[in-house]
Formats: sequence, structure tokens, C-alpha cells
Amino acid sequence: MIKVITLAVAFLVAAPVHAQEASGDYGHGPLHMVLRSTTDMAIMRPAMQAFVRANPDLTLRYEQWGSNALTAKTQAECQSGTASADAVFSSAVHQLVELVNSACAQSYRSDLTAGLPASRNWRDELWGLTHEAAVIAYNRAMVGVDDAPHTRFALLDLMRRGDPAYRGKIATYDIEASGLGYLFAFADSQEATTFGSLLEGFARSDAVATCCSAEILQGVADGQYLIAYNVLGSYVPDGLDSRIGVIMPEDYTLFLSRAFMIPKGAPRPRFAARLLDFLLSAEGQRILTENGLIVQRDSDQNSLPESAERPIRIEPSLLVARDQHQQARFIAQWRQTFSEAP
Amino acid sequence: MAKPPPPHPMPAHPAPPHPAPLAPSLVSRVVVAVMSLLLVGGILVALAAFTYGRIAARQTYDRLLMGAANDIAESIDVVDGAPLADLPVSAFALLALAPRDRIAYALRGPDGTLLTGHDVALPPQALRRQASGQAVFFDAMLNGERARFVTLPRRFAERDYSGTVTVTVGQTIAARNAMALGLTRDALIAATLAGLVLMAIAYVVIRSALHPLREIADGLLARDPYDLTPMATNVPSEVAVMIVAMNRFMTRLDRQFNAMRNLISDTAHQLRTPVAAIRAQAELAVQDGDEAQRKIALERLVARTRSLGNLLDQMLSRAMVIHRTDSAPPEAIDLRMIALEVIESRDHELLAPGVEVGLVIGPDEVIVMGDEISLGEAAKNMLSNALRHGQAPVRIGVTARADHAELWVEDAGPGPQGDLLARMGRRFERSAASRGRSAGLGLSIVRSVAEAFGGQMALGRGERGFRVSLILPAVSGEAN
Repeated sequence: MIKVITLAVAFLVAAPVHAQEASGDYGHGPLHMVLRSTTDMAIMRPAMQAFVRANPDLTLRYEQWGSNALTAKTQAECQSGTASADAVFSSAVHQLVELVNSACAQSYRSDLTAGLPASRNWRDELWGLTHEAAVIAYNRAMVGVDDAPHTRFALLDLMRRGDPAYRGKIATYDIEASGLGYLFAFADSQEATTFGSLLEGFARSDAVATCCSAEILQGVADGQYLIAYNVLGSYVPDGLDSRIGVIMPEDYTLFLSRAFMIPKGAPRPRFAARLLDFLLSAEGQRILTENGLIVQRDSDQNSLPESAERPIRIEPSLLVARDQHQQARFIAQWRQTFSEAP
Repeated sequence: MAKPPPPHPMPAHPAPPHPAPLAPSLVSRVVVAVMSLLLVGGILVALAAFTYGRIAARQTYDRLLMGAANDIAESIDVVDGAPLADLPVSAFALLALAPRDRIAYALRGPDGTLLTGHDVALPPQALRRQASGQAVFFDAMLNGERARFVTLPRRFAERDYSGTVTVTVGQTIAARNAMALGLTRDALIAATLAGLVLMAIAYVVIRSALHPLREIADGLLARDPYDLTPMATNVPSEVAVMIVAMNRFMTRLDRQFNAMRNLISDTAHQLRTPVAAIRAQAELAVQDGDEAQRKIALERLVARTRSLGNLLDQMLSRAMVIHRTDSAPPEAIDLRMIALEVIESRDHELLAPGVEVGLVIGPDEVIVMGDEISLGEAAKNMLSNALRHGQAPVRIGVTARADHAELWVEDAGPGPQGDLLARMGRRFERSAASRGRSAGLGLSIVRSVAEAFGGQMALGRGERGFRVSLILPAVSGEAN
């Protein structure tokens, strides 16, 4: 008999784990369930409200977590066998893949989950619910139309130009602090050789690595940053549309599908299954679309060619992203670039 | 006789009630045989397919596992004096070909410490065999599921690092099981289809093979009840056996039928006259007042009655001979015994008192194939014929020739003359000389017996007078 003790929290989470960031209750039903999510409450609120409207017997507690902390918590609960959340909904898909691989999830099957494409359903234990683009955002007022980079090559050229206006004004995810940032960077490194050049460009232009999408986009809107690379377009706040320009890179655009998982030993898995089916239902998908969590390529003005669309597939290959050596190599390379970042 | 009319459609001949429960039909027997063959075959195919499927699935996915492990082993570099893996996504893409299976991998240093991956423990035998530098496959559990693992070494001999790093990769076996079951299912579907085709072919073949039987049955049903002509034998050889036997049976039936008809018509025809004569004599005797006349009439009546008795004897004897030659199988008979028995029965003393009958037989057996009773009847008739019509002395004898044996009766007379000789041996041929004492059947019985056993009757001059011979094919003494 062999025991596979999955490594606890990867060491990149050495940074202080700020556990639960926010929480809120929806509905007033007698039955309670808990959803742990990395998605901003504000963005998920309409979907949650619609869900409890459709399920008036439920009260849903929504807990917003950082992705690394959420994974660590779920993993710890899996090993101790005391799951306290009924469902986990995370953008750090690779971390959930590892949890599923470690037998920390339970399976569920319905017509709706069966209708998902293979790239968004692994083992009937992990389901991708959204379709969000990793975009380049820029401050409309301060970045000229000619400067707005529509491809990574254009961004590279901009950073190599050494324009002092952009020095310290380009932001991207801190991959050590954000699981999603790490996933995007890892996907970039798998996707094209431009990744090395990008890192070099970030270094040359004193780029800022920070967390997280909402904060970075706020900074772009405020003019603190001029350009943000690999941020989730879905986080562009409603009121800031006019100030932030959003570009889906035309060489390729990564698409993320946030993953939903029912932890093994969840106290109320049937409620989690109801939530899952609701989010996959026509109404749930419509609400997610309205809130920017599902981006249809056609509806975008960018007219991104289909061949440039690179969804991050929910499959065991993502385990590579969680390998200790891989992370060590990757973060060493990253740190080298951002060693003198503020 | 006329050809049988074309077979009527079945309803024209209502099926007779079945006298006895039928044995299972050939079709059902063959169907049962084919079914049991298929059942046994199906079980064998299923077992073989499952075994084969498991082996095939194991080999296929073991190769994927091995490929992934090799990919990972190749990706290890020594960086700053320590092995560092750059896990290739391709290795995991290989493993992801089993889309629903969990994966575990481990890289260990020379001292067994985990470098990266999952803490997969190696079973002792895998550790031992791995020491020889080979890749080792083994089965173990992975998070409570059965899984297949491979572990293989990668040796380093660098300036700053020397030793063996082992790579272990494992995967649960859902895809293997699915493949094995899929292969088994496909094989069973193919076997089932083949079985159905086999059944259909068997059904058609049996139906067509049994078709001649149906035709024969129809032909028989459509036959005239008195039609005993042979049936056509242009049928498959297996069925022809039956047809030939049936035709032989019908021929025999036909012969007996004819014999019986002859007997009846002969009897009717032959008895009418003597019976009428007897009645006339009897009436005369009753009416005649004269004692002397009455005595004469009574004597005639006695003679007529005796003659009628002879006639009946001969007719019955002939009927019996014909019946026996058809029904009793021929057996080896010593002709001398026949002659001896005829003498010993002393019937001739009644017929011709005081006439000496000589017996001429040799010391050796004279064997023929025949029926003892029929031959005895023939001999009796030959003897009584000679006593009645010939001149004493009369001799009966047996002579063995090279290829035939002869039972003969000889008298001292010259025998019949001219056309009478030519007509002798036919039924009811009576010569004037017989004077009403003979029915004319004696020699026809001899001829029938001779012909029934493959021989003939011969008339002619013998050593001392007229001789009637029953000649039969000889059987060598050893055959007895």
C-alpha cells in the first residue's frame, strides 16, 4: 500500500497567507451552504442572488479567498478529512487540478456537466464554468492610440524603447502572491518563446509585479499604471470602462475557465451540485456573461481570430505547473527579473 | 403402371394423426448443437478476449507510462550541484491520454529523499530490481485506487553531482480497464454476429438438405394406393439409401401381392370345376337307386376328392414356397439331406404303393444357398411328378458339378413328347396323361424355387430315362 502524501502548501506561499478576504450571506433559507471562491464578491453577487432566488430553501455563505490560501485550506481539510466548504470555485485552476489528482474532490454528473467540453471537465470532479480572457489593459487618457499594444510583440517593442513615460508604469501579476498570476505566466511560458523576452522587457522598464486584478485595474484607471499585462478583463469595474482600454492580444489570448469543485467530505454536496447546475444552466450562464465572466469572442470589438484563442485546458498537464522544481525554476527566473521591483 | 400424378398441395392430404411422439427434429437437433457450440465458443472467446484485452491494455498503457517516465528522466539537469527537473508538459500529455486517470510521480535522490513530486513509496521488490539499473513496473494503490507504476533510474556522473536519480510515475487504471472491457465487448459482438450468421447458414443448409425428404413424402402421399413401382432415385446419396431400401421393400410387396392375387384367382378358377364335379357325383350317388351304380359314383367321388386334396396341397405349397423365398433369408443347405428327407418321409408310398424309389447320393456334402422347406417342397413335387407320370423304377439323387449342384429325379420312361415338354413347368399345364389327377402345379413350384435361389429347372434325358433337375449354384465347402 502506498500513500501519496501530497505536499502541503507549495513553498511559494511563503508570503503571509491572508486567509479569508471577505464574506457575505445570500438568501434566508433554513439550509446553509458555504461556497469558497477567489472571485470578487461584487462580480459574483448577481449570480448568487439569482441562485438563492431559485432555491429559497438555501442560505448561501460566500467566502472570498486568495487563491493560494484557498488551495492550502482545502488541501489541509482534505488531509484531515474535515471539509468545511461545500464548494470551491477558484481561478487557480492548476491548484484545483492537483487537489482532484490527490483525491480531494467528489464526483457529480448531470446532463449539464456532461454537456461541458472535455477541456472544461476533468473526471466529473472539476468543471470549468467561465470563459475569461487574459488581456492587456491600458489607460485610455495617458496611452496614445499608437502606443496601445495589440500584440505581445508591440508590448515588447514599447518596453524596449526605453520611453521614460512607461518606466515603472507597466504592471503585471505577482506570480508569487497570486495563483492565477502564476498560472498565466506558466501558460505564457508554454505558449511561446516571447515569454523570456517579456520578462527581459519587464526588467528593462522597471515593471511592477503586484496583486491582484482588481487592484491593478484600479491603478490603471487612476493613472498609477499605464499598461497592465495579463489581467482578467472581467475585473474591469463598471464605472471605469471609459478610462480603461482592454486589448485581447492578437498573437494569442489566454482564456481562463474558473473551476468549480466539490471537496471530498463536503457536508452538503447536494447543495453544491445544485449550485453547479444553476451556474451551468442557461440562466446562470447568462448572468455570468452579463457580469463579464463569459466572454464571447464574436461580441468583442477586437475581432480576435479563433486561432489566437488559447483556453487553459483543465487537465492533468497542469500538474506540471505545481511541480516543486518547476516552480523553483520559474520563480527564480521571475525574481531575477523583478529583484529591484518596488 | 401409370406415373404417379404430380404431388397435390398439402391440404389435399389431411395429415394422419401421429401414432407416436416424434423424435426431436433434425433442425432442432442441429440448432441445439450449434447453440451449444456457440455458447462454449462464446465463453472461450470472452475469456480469451478479456485476457487479450487486459494484456493489450497493459502493454499499451505501460508504454505510455514508460514514455512519460523517460521524458521526465530526460528533463533532469544538474544545476548548482543538485538535480533539478524541468518537467515536460509532453510527459503529462502522454499520461493524459488516459483522460480520467489520476497521476503520481516522484523524483528521488540517491539516498531516497524526495526531490520533487509525490511521496510514492516503492515496494521492496521494485527497489531491489531497480538497483540493477532497469525499469521496473509494479502495481500499487494510489489514493485508494488501484494504480500501475513504473520506476526507472537516471545516472549522473558530473563534476559536482554523481549518483542515480530515480523517476517513478504512476497512474490509476480506469483507462486500462475501459480498454480491456471495450476489446472484450468488441470481440463478443463479433462472435455473436458470426454465431448468428452460422445459425442462419445452418438453418438454410438443413432445410435444403431435408428438402428431398419432403419431396419423397409428397410423392408417396400422392401415389395411387396400388402403385408399387420403384421411386426415382435421383436424390442425394444419403437419401438414396433410404429410397433403395424402400424400393426393394416395395418390390417384395409387389411380388407377394401378385402371388396372393394369383393364388386367389387360381384358387377360385381351379376349385370351381372339381367342386362342381364333386357335387355332381354326390348328387348322382344320392339319386341313383342302383346299389352298383351308387358304388361307382362314390368311388368317383372319392377320386375327385383326393384329386381336389392334391390340388389344394400343391396350391398351398406353392404359395408357401413363394412366400418363403421372399421372406426367409437363404442359408447353407446340404442338398443330400433334402433328398434323404423326401425318401424318409415316405409320402411316395401313399401316392404309389409298391413303387421302389432309389436314392443316389455321394459321400460329400453338396452345399447350396437356399431355404430348406422350399427345397423340400420342390423335391417332393419332383418325386411325386415322376411317380405319377413316369415309369418305375424311380430314382432321386444329388450330383455336385464344378460350379453348380443338381437335385434330380429320374424315371425309366421316355418322358413327355414334343410341345408338352416345352410347356412343362408352367402353371396348370396338365397333360392328357395326367388324367385329372394332377393340378399341374408341381413343376411350376420347382421352377419357382430354382429361380428364387438363382438356379433353374432342367428337363431332359438322364442316364436311365427322363430326368427333372433342380440346378442351383454351388457353394464351396469352405464357405460353410
